[in-house]
Amino acid sequence: MLKFTEDHEWLNLADGVATVGITAHAVEQLGDLVYVDLPEVGATLAKGDAAATVESVKAASDVYCPLEGEIVEVNEAIRNDPSIVNADPQDRGWFFRLKLARASDAEGLMDESAYLASVG
Amino acid sequence: MDDTVRLNRTPLTDLNIALGGKMVNFAGYEMPVQFAPGVMKEHLHTRAKAGLFDVSHMGQVILRPRSGRVEDAALALERLVPVDVLGLKPGRQRYGLFTDEKGGILDDLMFANRGDHLFLVVNAACKAQDVAHLRAHLSDACEIEELTDRGLIALQGPAAESALAKLAPEAADMAFMDLRELSILGISCLVSRSGYSGEDGYEISVPGTHAEALAKALLENPDVQPIGLGARDSLRLEAGLCLYGNDIDRTTTPVAAALEWAVQKVRRTGGARAGGFPGADVVLPEFENGAPTRRVGLAPEGRAPIRGGADLYADEAATTPVGHVTSGGFGPTAEAPVAMGYVPTALATPGTRLWADVRGKRLPVAVATLPFVTPRYKRS
Repeated sequence: MLKFTEDHEWLNLADGVATVGITAHAVEQLGDLVYVDLPEVGATLAKGDAAATVESVKAASDVYCPLEGEIVEVNEAIRNDPSIVNADPQDRGWFFRLKLARASDAEGLMDESAYLASVG
Repeated sequence: MDDTVRLNRTPLTDLNIALGGKMVNFAGYEMPVQFAPGVMKEHLHTRAKAGLFDVSHMGQVILRPRSGRVEDAALALERLVPVDVLGLKPGRQRYGLFTDEKGGILDDLMFANRGDHLFLVVNAACKAQDVAHLRAHLSDACEIEELTDRGLIALQGPAAESALAKLAPEAADMAFMDLRELSILGISCLVSRSGYSGEDGYEISVPGTHAEALAKALLENPDVQPIGLGARDSLRLEAGLCLYGNDIDRTTTPVAAALEWAVQKVRRTGGARAGGFPGADVVLPEFENGAPTRRVGLAPEGRAPIRGGADLYADEAATTPVGHVTSGGFGPTAEAPVAMGYVPTALATPGTRLWADVRGKRLPVAVATLPFVTPRYKRS
């Protein structure tokens, strides 16, 4: 199940774990990424906490934790090569996997058509 | 963009929009921060081929001596800048600084000897203040005229010479910091061989009504691509060039800013025209004694860019900062983060390790020699 946030993150949900990344729209706004700072595996984050930071040539931006949960895995590949996020934001460019505190929390998020309508 | 703000336009604003520029407010002007390729590719294209930049927002000013002798305009301007203006030959351009009474920097500028007058280019954000400053102090000796009906196009990169020489062959004969009036497409333009990227290139002052035609003619060359202000900033940062308002301002003196080279010996203590500019009593002793702080290059040891405003610490656990970053980002040609900032002069030796605070983390940086990339100016 694919869900989206107003902060331009996508979540791919399976068995209470969300794989989280930033949307193609967000990547287009940011431009070429040169650095990604990822959370620690094992960190427990609340909804809205700064979970990761992306730096483009232009500026730094936070990536917020979309729901409450525990970081169970991060994508080391994008730490080594941030351009993967530009090339493939909604697949190979994922950021982290989040074990949700309550799987039902995801029900309030947007589906893809609602998200795409929101960014015009 | 805030619709309630009426932004100034340049003679190239329509073209910038038509070319797909992402327009932002810069110093009150509607300017392209980037085009479709983005900052990284625009930066690399400029270093590989040639980039065309609209810099028409900058101020263009003429100082015409009332006596008719350009030497009188030169001596007048020397009252406001700690620079050898009188010694600049006709057809040559030089970098300068306006200082205030405390030795701080009011603006930086380029000025040229045009034979019977001086031609100045000043920063967009400072130009109203600069013109007022010139009028207040030099009106006895000069007529001061701001040229508001001209565009300014920078053409930068290793292919700039061949691109401009196709339209004006004499451009190839110019050396770094030469300035000549050239006929391009039948239009009389004022061309200097200079720029703000660390590359060879030109800045072309063109009547506003002809600016778009000239830009389009240059862009017909496949080597030439339009470049936004984002890449202009990363290019100048790699080249170690100061951005007024970030790296130099009224709190920094020429010596603190490591711009000693811009103050020729004739204006220093013991020189034939020593002093005689605002703040000379502060600036000149610093050539002997140094300034308390100094602008340095900063090379972050990791991959994270360190931006302007970050505090610098002498060690990882220190609680009191010793300096700060004034410009920083990622250098696409350096393929690494690059920055510059101010540190105590005792810590300004290249190789000194400092720590920058980035979002609460202490990241190691090394004081580095500027520039980060070797300039390719066409020196004679």
